[in-house]
Amino acid sequence: MRLLPLAALLCCALHYSSAQAAALTHEYALENGLKLIVQEDHRAHVAVVQVWYRVGSSYEHDGITGVSHALEHMMFKGTKRFGPGQFSATVAAHGGRQNAFTSSDYTAYYEEWSADNVELSFDLEADRMRNLVIDDAEFKKEINVVLEERRMRTDDSPESLAMEAAEAVAYLTSPYRYPVIGWEADIKGMSAADLRAWYQRWYGPNNAIVVVVGDVQPEAVLALAKRYFGPLAASDIAPPKARPEIEQNGTKRVVLNSAKARVPFLVMAYKAPVLAQVSRNEGVAAWEPYALDVLAAMLTGDDSARLKRELVRGREIATSVSAGVETTARLPTLFSVSAVPAEGVSLEQLEQAITAQLNGLAAHPPTAAELERIKTQVVADTVFQQDSMPQQAMTIGALEAVGLGWQYRDSYVAKIQAVSAEQVLAVAKKYLVPDGLTVANLQPEHAP
Amino acid sequence: MKTFCVSLVVLMTGLVVASTAMAGPRIEHWQTSNGARVYFVAAPEIPMLDLRVVFAAGSARDGAHAGLASFTNGLLNEGAGELDANGFSEQLSATGAIMGLGAERDMAYASLRTLADGAPAQRALALFVSALATPRFDAAAVARDKARTLVGLKHKEQSPAALSEDVFYATVYPKHPYGSPPDGTPASVSALTREDIHAFHKQYYVARNAVIAIVGALDRRRATALAEQLSVALPAGERAPALAPVETPVAQQKHVEFPSIQSHVMLGMPGISRGDPDYFSLLVGNHALGGNGLVSLLFEEVRNKRGLSYGVSSYFIAMAQAGPFIAQLQTDRRQQDQALTVLRDTIRQFIEHGPPAASFESARQNLIDSFPLRVASNHQIAEYLAMIGFYDLPLDYLETFTTKVAAVTPVMVKDAFARRVPFAGLTTVVVGRAANDNKDAATAQ
Repeated sequence: MRLLPLAALLCCALHYSSAQAAALTHEYALENGLKLIVQEDHRAHVAVVQVWYRVGSSYEHDGITGVSHALEHMMFKGTKRFGPGQFSATVAAHGGRQNAFTSSDYTAYYEEWSADNVELSFDLEADRMRNLVIDDAEFKKEINVVLEERRMRTDDSPESLAMEAAEAVAYLTSPYRYPVIGWEADIKGMSAADLRAWYQRWYGPNNAIVVVVGDVQPEAVLALAKRYFGPLAASDIAPPKARPEIEQNGTKRVVLNSAKARVPFLVMAYKAPVLAQVSRNEGVAAWEPYALDVLAAMLTGDDSARLKRELVRGREIATSVSAGVETTARLPTLFSVSAVPAEGVSLEQLEQAITAQLNGLAAHPPTAAELERIKTQVVADTVFQQDSMPQQAMTIGALEAVGLGWQYRDSYVAKIQAVSAEQVLAVAKKYLVPDGLTVANLQPEHAP
Repeated sequence: MKTFCVSLVVLMTGLVVASTAMAGPRIEHWQTSNGARVYFVAAPEIPMLDLRVVFAAGSARDGAHAGLASFTNGLLNEGAGELDANGFSEQLSATGAIMGLGAERDMAYASLRTLADGAPAQRALALFVSALATPRFDAAAVARDKARTLVGLKHKEQSPAALSEDVFYATVYPKHPYGSPPDGTPASVSALTREDIHAFHKQYYVARNAVIAIVGALDRRRATALAEQLSVALPAGERAPALAPVETPVAQQKHVEFPSIQSHVMLGMPGISRGDPDYFSLLVGNHALGGNGLVSLLFEEVRNKRGLSYGVSSYFIAMAQAGPFIAQLQTDRRQQDQALTVLRDTIRQFIEHGPPAASFESARQNLIDSFPLRVASNHQIAEYLAMIGFYDLPLDYLETFTTKVAAVTPVMVKDAFARRVPFAGLTTVVVGRAANDNKDAATAQ
């Protein structure tokens, strides 16, 4: 089924281009604070233009959750210069594909089209960066679209509700507890004025990163950026107040009884560190996030991974299992394992089996073959990622938006290759502990 | 870089058909010694290789065993040759390559993405070949996958989107294999045997029933050797016979009770097959109606003007026999009548009066100018090659794509829609609760 993901709620791991790409990556800063990153890819005469803003649901607070995402929708509804719909019509008329997405850490907009149209992208994006008009009547209609989006993605999807509950419970004070799309009541209570204030607060050249990947000449792109974004006035951007997650000292549990669900679902989420903490001296060793990436790959990275071999095949206790950690998030994150039990297996049994696998790591440390496989894949992936221009741009934009910098992409392979079996065990021992764990159970409730 | 004259007038009227010729990638085509059809594009820029092999082995070939095609395909990497499922996954993983599998209604596919050179690439190719040619279908793997598939089918029962799709196909293809759910039913999957699977594999995973698409950093000589290596591992066999034509069903209105907040609406009927002379008229027309992203007529009427749905669109799926035309949306059930009325009115208006001039021009121009985006990656080109081969489309399909789009006129669109998808022929499927069901009124307000 083809849907239009106007707001893809991103939770995917980043992909990494090769060091080869570095020579073709050019970074510039305009005087008003806008950052421009250009990546040459001359295979086809097309270009991807993405404009990233450092704002997302983790910048929000109680009562206005979802405002970043709702604003993203309104960014297509007209400026002082263009009426509602004219932005999209213009892009479409020039053969463009367009959309936008919001996550906890960023909001981004993009056009993909002929490389001749980079200038038109800049013209349009510079306009809506500064001159958006949020009309009351347009807002009233669009907020209903956002509510429908929430119903489709979350409210009618038992597993999404379980994930949402798991995050809202795992985090007590961190703004990562908010769903990107927002709580239903907050969406319903939102006003056009809330969005105008949010736009004023976060949209400006000094809070934006422009990424261009394609058949372009970097210096020519810079000249265009200067012409279109250069004249824009910088904003006063005050970073959001720090709301660090308070220490968790025991396992949290949340149970969702659902009359709609037919299949149970388990989420186990452990508090985990991110790369951004390393430079902030928050007690995270530089290698730890990389070791967690290796651990996640070792558990469920592909069909040969441990939990697939032991639990999906082997004991046949799960029909699917997936582990992941977003070590490139802006704020401390979760190392989560989610799984669907086999028929007749209870969520308790499945949780015990996963816990036993995690506890058994010390007795069954990563083998040389396991580590070698993961490292081989990372190297191959760096080559594969070069096939997609949008993906190359995504990697650059996301790394910039969270403050790590695109250069992180090029050191990734070496850092992963340096991870040892001992380091994998060390992060498992340090972070996969009951005191940092949140468990969510989705329990089907048969209708009477 | 071309300078762009910035003014509102230019932006909004820049709809003149561009005459730029857009060449597609250079496709080479041949047959292997035992009859597999090969399509190859050299892409030397990135040291990688995409291989996609498709067989006429989709669910339309299930016969009395709904789910057999998909189940057989899913078992290919669960043990092959000397390796059991664990051994196969570990060896493939060690090469860094990524293998994909899938079965649709017409075709089943297996894909491999690997580095172009070196011993690991050779190893990955050998594993891929063994998965296609000598899958083991071990009893343990069959039992395990059966149990997993049954849980998957149960999972589908909690998804109104998946459910509405099954109901839609069953309703508009009542007597055709396209009406059968590709992943089967609990009863049909439970009944599958190893013998069924072996027999299906033996009949359909054969060279004459295969199309091999290759894109990557290799020359024709190596591509020839690679295709040959793969093909001769398979028996020559026979190409699968043509599927029966689709009978146009009587239009129906169907409501399936489901405890969701949103109702999922699908409206449509059998449409066109690949290579149909009306293909480009319907493609351009539908792009205006519901295919052109944020600016289609349906998006404008249902979403922009009224805020009734997040995802509203329409599309033709051209298949070996008449694949469906589908228009779909999801909306809160309390406004489903209104949404359905807008959806139906917009489509009726379009079919009866043809596309509005501005939407038509915009859609046609968008298809022409966005063509390079369709073939901007090796992955996309490999998918096109497999499609061209599978449906016996001409080798210049990509080269002539924009010319054929440019030749479409509003009159052609109106004529093609009226003949192929008359409004009176459209079936409506709604999955959700009745509009007046207020069971969760308190929470859904």
